[in-house]
Amino acid sequence: MTVVKGKNLTKYYRNFKALDSVSFEIGEGECFGFLGPNGAGKTTLMGIIYGFIEFFNGDLILFGESVNRKNFPRIKFKIGVVPQDNNLDPDLNVLENLIVYGRYFDIDPKEAKERALKLIEFVKLDNWLNRNVRHLSGGMQRKLTFARGLINDPELLILDEPTTGLDPRSRRQIWERIENLKHSGKTLILTTHYMEEAEKLCDRIAIMDRGKILVIDTPHNLSNNFGGNLEKVYLSLTEG
Amino acid sequence: MNIKRALRVWQRNATVYKKLYRSSLALNFFEPMLYLIAFGYGLGGFVKDIKGMSYLEFIAPGIVMSSAMFAASYECTYGTYVRMVYQKTFDAIMATPVRFNELVLGELLWGSTKSLIYGSIILIVISLFGLVKSNLVLFILPFILACGLIFASLSLIATAIVPGIESFNYFYTLFLTPLFLFSGLFFPLEGLSSIVLIVAEINPLYHLVKISRAFSYGDISLISLKDFSVIFLYLLILPPLPFILLRRKYLL
Repeated sequence: MTVVKGKNLTKYYRNFKALDSVSFEIGEGECFGFLGPNGAGKTTLMGIIYGFIEFFNGDLILFGESVNRKNFPRIKFKIGVVPQDNNLDPDLNVLENLIVYGRYFDIDPKEAKERALKLIEFVKLDNWLNRNVRHLSGGMQRKLTFARGLINDPELLILDEPTTGLDPRSRRQIWERIENLKHSGKTLILTTHYMEEAEKLCDRIAIMDRGKILVIDTPHNLSNNFGGNLEKVYLSLTEG
Repeated sequence: MNIKRALRVWQRNATVYKKLYRSSLALNFFEPMLYLIAFGYGLGGFVKDIKGMSYLEFIAPGIVMSSAMFAASYECTYGTYVRMVYQKTFDAIMATPVRFNELVLGELLWGSTKSLIYGSIILIVISLFGLVKSNLVLFILPFILACGLIFASLSLIATAIVPGIESFNYFYTLFLTPLFLFSGLFFPLEGLSSIVLIVAEINPLYHLVKISRAFSYGDISLISLKDFSVIFLYLLILPPLPFILLRRKYLL
């Protein structure tokens, strides 16, 4: 089954074309990567897929439904988002951050707390339960954001540069969690500009530049067809 | 629009407030008390009775309304702006099933709730001081809420318009402070020039202060149908505007 389908997705910011007729299909259980330099349009595309950007041209089909303002809130129950910048609630502690977020998905308080505790354990923040998120390191905040994206047990998880700015150890910890999720059958969308990350985690990769998708293929085929490793493919295709 | 989701947003703000209320309660509570003491006791010693009320009795019900006004205003200017722009609380919420209109409604209701909290506290305080003369005082409560809704709306409109957080200074200095000073709270406007009176008629706080004073003193002759009509009109016109304006500012 196709979980996400984009048909000619186009987005203008005033006169600037951030996304230029982008089309792709992502299947159930797939980990699909969007790779590209800064400004390639990855975050804009993610914003459209999780409903943050409301006005765009083209068609977005999620779980077989063409989304519109009316049905999107209902579809969002099945989507988890780990945004690029940490927008954790700085007024709340680690546990409260997840519980309050769970309320937006109509999860009842008891259930939300149970899920929150499990997820906090999953990202190994159990010793920080009652600490304000301001006191967490960048890596820990990232892990908490990651956990928050899972509070509604989503079928589709969107990870927008989940490891940008993290030290190697934290990055590997996040990778491990992503691989766990892959094995549990969730559909994952990942944006990154780390070649290693895309190669390691993604079943297929779309390389983007200047608002367009240049090529979509498996990491293996990409490096075969273009010769050399993925980094060379990336550098030869994108102008940065 | 799903009211339940709007209440989730309201609940988020309430959860944070429960944690931090000590510091903000002081800020919002001491200011009106200062006015009451400085003007009521200080200035009041030099002022004759007004309409049969001591000066303290005259201003106290007005302070109830002005503190309700400022509570909603602080919340829906600085509070909302910080949540929207700096803390990215809005961004986080928009990734969930909550719609933008529900988010705005949550903010509006929370601002009004803050008014109700602070207005009621001041009302209790002035009752304890013996400044309330009538049981009709309970009728003030819905008008505190109305005051909250009106000024939460105006403040969210300001939030949608300002280019940056420092611009709220204009909103306070050029808009709210004049409304506050010329609301008939500290002195009757009737003796002043007709221009002041005409401007007062469109000042929602002027009517709210009159209503509050009439119920607190127990003299209905102090108010007329016009006071209620103006408030009703504002409640009809203002609340829809932030939904349109904030959407334009925030949504891409």
